[in-house]
Parts: sequence; structure tokens; C-alpha cells
Amino acid sequence: MNTTLAIATGNAAGFPILSLITWLPLVGCAVIIMMVRGDEETVAANARWTALWTSLLVFVLSLVLWVKFDPSDPGFQFNEHVVWLPDYKVGYSMGVDGISVLFVLLSTVLTPICILSAWEAIHTRVREFMVSFLVLETMMVGMFSATDFIVFYMFFEGVLIPMYLIIGVWGGPRRVYAAVKFFLYTLAGSVLMLLALIAMWVQAGTTDIPVLMHTVFSPHMQFWLFLAFFASFAVKVPMWPVHTWLPDAHVEAPTAGSVILAGVLLKMGAYGFLRFSVPMLPEAAASFAPFMFTLSVVAVIYTSLVALAQEDMKKLIAYSSVAHMGVVTIGIFTFNVQGISGALFQMLSHGIVSSALFLVVGVIYDRIHTREIARYGGLGDRMPSYALVFMLFMMATIGLPGTSGFVGEFLVIIGSLQVNFWLALLGGMGMILGAAYMLYLYRRIIFGRITHADLRAILDLSPREWTVFAPLIVLTLWMGIYPSSFTSYFDATVGALVQSHTAALAATTKFAAATLTQTVH
Amino acid sequence: MNWTLALPEIVLACIGMATLVFGVLRKQDSTLLCTMFTIGGFLIAGLLVLTRTNGFGFNGQFVADPFSAFNQILILAGAALSSILALDWNRAQGIGRFEFPVLMLFSTIGMMIMAGASNLMTLYLGLELMSLALYVLAAFARDDVRSSEAGLKYFVLSGLASGLLLYGISLVYGFSGTMDLASLHELLVRPETASAGLIVGIVFVFVGLAFKVSAVPFHMWTPDVYEGAPTSVTVFFATAPKVAAMALLLRVMGTSFASLVGAWQLLIIIVSIASMVLGAFAAIGQSNVKRLMAYSSIGHMGYALIGLAVGTAAGVRGTLVYMVIYVFMTGGTLGCFMAMRRKGRAVEQISDLAGLGANDPALAMALAIFMFSLAGIPLMSGFFAKLYIFLASVQAGLWALAIIGVLTSVVGAFYYIRIIKVMYFDAPAEPFDPRPASLSFVVAATGLFTGFFFLFPAPIVAAAQSAASVLFR
Repeated sequence: MNTTLAIATGNAAGFPILSLITWLPLVGCAVIIMMVRGDEETVAANARWTALWTSLLVFVLSLVLWVKFDPSDPGFQFNEHVVWLPDYKVGYSMGVDGISVLFVLLSTVLTPICILSAWEAIHTRVREFMVSFLVLETMMVGMFSATDFIVFYMFFEGVLIPMYLIIGVWGGPRRVYAAVKFFLYTLAGSVLMLLALIAMWVQAGTTDIPVLMHTVFSPHMQFWLFLAFFASFAVKVPMWPVHTWLPDAHVEAPTAGSVILAGVLLKMGAYGFLRFSVPMLPEAAASFAPFMFTLSVVAVIYTSLVALAQEDMKKLIAYSSVAHMGVVTIGIFTFNVQGISGALFQMLSHGIVSSALFLVVGVIYDRIHTREIARYGGLGDRMPSYALVFMLFMMATIGLPGTSGFVGEFLVIIGSLQVNFWLALLGGMGMILGAAYMLYLYRRIIFGRITHADLRAILDLSPREWTVFAPLIVLTLWMGIYPSSFTSYFDATVGALVQSHTAALAATTKFAAATLTQTVH
Repeated sequence: MNWTLALPEIVLACIGMATLVFGVLRKQDSTLLCTMFTIGGFLIAGLLVLTRTNGFGFNGQFVADPFSAFNQILILAGAALSSILALDWNRAQGIGRFEFPVLMLFSTIGMMIMAGASNLMTLYLGLELMSLALYVLAAFARDDVRSSEAGLKYFVLSGLASGLLLYGISLVYGFSGTMDLASLHELLVRPETASAGLIVGIVFVFVGLAFKVSAVPFHMWTPDVYEGAPTSVTVFFATAPKVAAMALLLRVMGTSFASLVGAWQLLIIIVSIASMVLGAFAAIGQSNVKRLMAYSSIGHMGYALIGLAVGTAAGVRGTLVYMVIYVFMTGGTLGCFMAMRRKGRAVEQISDLAGLGANDPALAMALAIFMFSLAGIPLMSGFFAKLYIFLASVQAGLWALAIIGVLTSVVGAFYYIRIIKVMYFDAPAEPFDPRPASLSFVVAATGLFTGFFFLFPAPIVAAAQSAASVLFR
């Protein structure tokens, strides 16, 4: 990778910052792997600190992206390119635009938080856990900043390896089943994307994403490509009815694994729709939109109702994730600025809020070691600050104005109103049902009398837990009160995306009309 | 004559005979020295292959071109890998005799001749030299019933396949009047002139060679021989002979019968699909790691055959890249399985791997890398192998092959990740005996190749490209 150092020309940061952010966690891994001296406790402590400092350093570096990024430019920035497979015209290309830059930041913010949250919860094979997490960070950041399709695919599927191990080694009682299900579901989806990728590659002669965005594929080919992408991304989002791996994976994964799964991994599917399906296959996307809306609305309403009936806290939040991601897919396929911006904002907000909710569950799970809702009750009495934090994130999930959850859902509803009133109405049902199951959950856990004896001695948030929650609280409120400091990053890119989509559709209609008149005459 | 073209084979043969004489005359145990001589011979032969000039030798019997050089280097690498692994393992099993490396060496000479054959007769000679040595190797643990059975099974079935091959060669000769691959190509430039007898001959030749690469439906011997033979022989079986047979298949189909691609393409597509499907589904029920690897290699040969089925230079390039990656990941995997030894006894069940992640993190990590690579998960080399193969098949519009290929790879992933599950998620069993340094060396080297292939794919692909450009012209 040392050749990357030589090619950072035309890069706002002056050095290959994306590669650095991507690969730095692997350096941390190498350091942790080499720690073999000392007893188990020392090695574990060293591994924790190394992982934390590495991820914090990555976070600080990603702030450079945040500062130096030019929001007025809709294209890719901080570009890097190295020839990788010369005869195949495949390059190791990196770059971020207004859409991906925020996801890179989301990944780098959540990783140190996860590592911190796993500080005491993970006490077996700590070294391996930290290595898996840092590898996961490399994969996530690499996936969001890849501008070459093959590179993207490698990171996209590479995520499976660390996540499989995180669920399988450190998970709950049914971890093996959940890990294997997660692995095979997502692999089956993504191999079909590989075929689509190869087909586009053969057609366009390159795998450069910006070039592919301007390549026109025939409607017939678009149809099949869209289906292949759909197989991959719908499993990742996850959309109804291929969402069944998610509750299992969430319930069995350790808290940190659930956080990263909800926070970043679910965004990969929606990001894929936004990066590939919509700009590269405009006609197929437009003709599949009703299909996507139907699945999304079913997801919103059905999984919200399922969430209402859950007895397991993590499962409840997992189902609520499916519902929220349904709102995201509605927003993406409205093809207007409000809808797509709303989808993006909802993804970021969900990334923060649902991660926080899994951490909220993790706090009491670490103390009582059960996720069963009935085992709790009246916690507000013993854990006032916990109740406060929980309430904030609960309100954010519901979409209370002033929290991040409101902005995204509101924009998506505005966007979908332009498409269809019923779509907006049914999609908006998610907010009402969300309020129902979240308030119900909150009531059962926080209010009421303490009925179980062991809850009397339960301790409130520790300073470490406060450190974990503080950045998430700040972000939730910041995004809710002053959303334009985030939306301004993707406004230009989304504007360009919508414009080119409309133009592509208009071109085909004109073309079709022209051919029609020709045949008539 | 231009005999210098065969210098690598000649030198290797001389070293082999000298080693044999040395081993017989020396009174003490000379296994270690003979192995060292053999590995040295492989190194020298490899250097000679790299420095030799291209051309035809022995009146067109023998050819030296980028294709033969590519495969010969790969064969030598696979053979060297297996000899290093065999040394300590054979000793521990009580079958450490000096004949073992010598037999491997002669078999390797046969394979090199196969890769450099440009005449059906030379091809047959090389194949027989390879096979005769392999029969003995399969039955090398002569006190073990399973090993003797494996040797006998392999001998009988392989003899049948050789007969079919020879019959096919005689048909081709009878209907065309030549056994020279280049002249056959010129004769068959216009496919419609090919007689039915010739086509039947081609099918027989293909069947004989498909047996050697263990493609379905000629795979029956593979699981039994892999399981029965000593593991040191299994490693050898799974690597070098596969490369040699695949090289031969590519050479024969890609030069002399290249213009008849329409006649044999469907045959290879069917064989390839059958191998992928059987390799994926039959492996699910296996509990013995060697049998599992047998089915895995059947499946992998199915993928590699896609490149041939495509019938273009791009396809051949895909197959060659596949073979390189396959040799290193399979060699490494079997190397890991050779470390499975408790209290001096070799164990072979998947369940014996339980808790390896806790007992021996380094070995478990290497095996995990190999498993993810065999499953074709990105960043590991196995992904690139599949990528090039599928690229070639999509380019040629063979969608059925590509779609079945990716779906069977998901099924295959199921049993590969099951091994990882056993290693990392199951409760630890008793730890294995300490592994010998030679094994650690081979596993580390192949593991690094497999895990870091993504950093340097270009030179290997370029070499495969220049090798493939010889065929399908």
C-alpha cells in the first residue's frame, strides 16, 4: 500500500487520508496480535487500550475529512487512485462524496464507543475481540469510501468475517445458529451482486463507480441488474420479508456487536441502493419503485406490530430497526430531494439512536444478565440518570421534534407526499406505532414498582457508561436542533443525484416517444 | 533435437536416480538427506525452467512455452510444499523411508513432462510416469489396510482411465493420421471436416483426463483415496497432479481441438456444473476432514473447468489463476490438518478441531484464513480465483455456469464456516501435540500468500495471461 503515498495529488487533505483512515485499524490489529507477553489480564488490558487509542486516532483523522470537505462540490473528494489490476482496468480508488462522508464519520464515531462499551462486558478472548472490531472498522470505512466497484464489493463482503466471529464467539446461547444464519443470508444475497458487478464490468469495461454512474445500460439489462442488487441490498437493509436474520443476530450478538450492526451494517444496504441502484439503473429503479414502496410499507407496519408483542428488549429494538429502515427505503425511492435527504438523515439518526438504545439495553443486561422485559420494572426509582438517558433516546426513536429522529421522518413524509398520499399516510403510521411500542417498553422497564428483589441494589450509570452515552446524547440533540449542519454536507450531492435521475428518465421517455413516432410514421 | 529444452526434467531425473542410489547404499536412515536432495532438485529444476528458452524439442515431441513454464513452476511448488510437509509427518507415522521423496520426485518429472507435452504420445508417457509413482505412494503405509485399499482402488480405476485415454488417442490417430498437437490443430481448422470417430476419440481423451482432475462423474476414487492414503500423500494428490492434469486438459483442448470447441463445450459445461454441485452438497455430510477436502477439491475443479468451458484465452487465464490459488490454499489447509495429532496419533474428525481457537490461536487463524478463502470470501485469494473465472464466463455469455457457480459457492460456504465454528465457538477439546517447525513454515507461507494475495494480484495474473495466450489462438 506504500504506493498510495505517492498519489495524493489533488487531494484536499494533502495526503491519502482515506487510505490512512481505512487501514490504520489494521495497524492496531497487528500491534494487538503481537502482544503475547504477560499474563492474561495484562494482555487484555493492553488490547483494550490499544484498540481504544487506535479507534480514537482514526476518529480524529476522520474529523479532518469533516473539516476539509467541500459541501458545495457534488462529486467525489479526497480521491486516490492506484492501478491494481492493470489489464482489467480495476484500480484501488477511494473518494467520498456528500453521501459517504457522513457514513465514514458514523463508523469512526461508533467504533470507539463500541470498544468502550465492551470494556467490561467482554472478558474472554479480549485480544481477539478487539482485533475483530478493528478489522470490522477497516471494512466499514473502506466500503463507504471505495469508488471502485470491486474494491467496494471486497469490503462489503469482507464485513461478514469479523461480524460472524463477533456474533459466534461472544454471543448469547443461540449464537451459533444466529451467526451461521447471518453469514449465509448475507452471502447468498451478495454473490448475486457479484454477478451483476461482473456484468456491468463487461458492459462498461471499467469498474470505476463515477464512470458507471454515467454509463447507460439497456432497460432489459437494468431489470436484471436491479434484481441482483436488490437481492444483496434488501437482505442487508433488511427489508421485509428477508429480515428474519436480523432479530436473531441482534439478540445473540454481544452489545457492541448489536450496536455496530444497527448503527452501520444496516446502512450498507440502503447506501448500496443509493449508490448503485438509483443512479446507475434509473429506469429500473423507477419501475421497481412501487414494489419497493409496498415492501417498505409492509415492513413499517408489520414489524412495528411485531415489535409491540416482543418480550425481549433487544428483539423489540431489532424489529423497530426494520421498521425504521423501511422508512429509509421509502425515502430513497421517492427520487425527490426531500425524500432522499430524509432517508439519509434517517439513516444517520437511526445509526446514532438505535446504537444508543442497544447500549441502553446493554447497561441493564450487564447488571442483571437478562433481556426479558418482565424481569424489570420500576428502574426509575434506583437509576434516575439511566431513566433520563433512556427517555431521550426513546423520544428520538419515536421522532419527537428537537431530536434527530424527527427531521428524517418528517422529510421522508414530505417527500412521499409528492409521490402518493397513501404512501405518506402508511409510512407515517410507523411514527404512531413506534410511539406505542417504545412508550410501552419504557413503561414496563422504568415505571411501576420494583417487583424483583435484585433490582433494589442495582447501580446507576457509571462514569464509563456516561462517557459512552455523552457523545450520542450530544449528537442526537445537535442533529435534532440544528440539522442543517449535517444536511448541508449532502445537499449538493443529493441535488445532483435527483437531477441526473430525472434527466435520465426524461431522456428515455423522449427516446421512447421518438421511436414510437418513428414506427407510427 | 534441441534437448536443452528438457534440461529441467533431465537434471531432475539425474538427481532422482542419484538420490535413489545414495539412499540404497547408505547404511543409516537417510530420509532427511534424501528429502533435502529432492527439494534441492525441485529448486534447481525451477530455476532451469525460468531461464530456459522457448521452442519445440525432440522433433516436436516436447514444447517449452510460457504455458508449460507456468504450470511446471506451479507443479514444482506444490511438490516442494508436499515434500516439506511429508518429512515430519511420515516420521511420526512410522513410514519415514527414503523412497518416499524419490517417488515424489519421479512423479513430479512425469507431471512436468505432461505440462510440456506437444504430442499425444509424450502426454501419455508423462501421465503414466506420474501415475505409477502415485500408486505406490497411495499405498505407502503398507501395514495400514486403508492405505493399501486406497492404493489398489486408485490403481484399478486409474488403469481404466489410462486405458480410455489410450483408446481415445488411438482413435484420434486413426482418424487423423497424426499425434502431434500442432498438426492436429492445423488439420482441424475447419471443424466440419472432423469425422465422428475423431469426436469420439476426443471424448475418450477428455474422460481419461477428467479422471485425473477428479471431475464428476469420474470422481468416485477421490474421497476414498484422499481418506485412505497417508495425509502426506493426500497433500501431494490434492496439489501437483491436479495442476498437471488440468494443464494437459487445457493444452489438448486449447491447441489441437480448439476449433472443435462447439463439439466439446457442452460436455465440459455439464461436467463442470456436476462437479460444482456435487462438491458443494456431498461435502455437507462429511465428518472426516480428508474426505471433506476431497469433495472440496472436486468442487474446486468444477470451478476451474469453467475457464475451459468458456473456450477462450481469458477463460484459460482464469483457470490458471484458479490453479495457483487452489494449490496454495489447499496445500495450506491440508498442512493445518496434518497438525491434528494427539498423543502421537493422527486424528481426522472435524470435531477434533473443537476449541482450536483457544488452544492454538495461530494455527486456528491460519485455518480460518484458508476456510474463508476456500469459501471465496473477499480479501482472501479464493475470491480472486472465482472473480476471474466468473468474469470469463460472463464475458462469454455463459450465464448458467456463473449463476450455478455463485450459488454452489454459498452452499460450500456452509461447510467451510462450519469448521470455523467448530474451531472458535465450540468448547475446547484436548490440545494437539506441538507441531513441527516444517509444518509451521509451510502453513505460514501458504497462509500469507492466501491472506495477502490482494496486495499483489497483478504479476500472477500477467503471468497467467502470457501463459494463456499460447492457447485458443
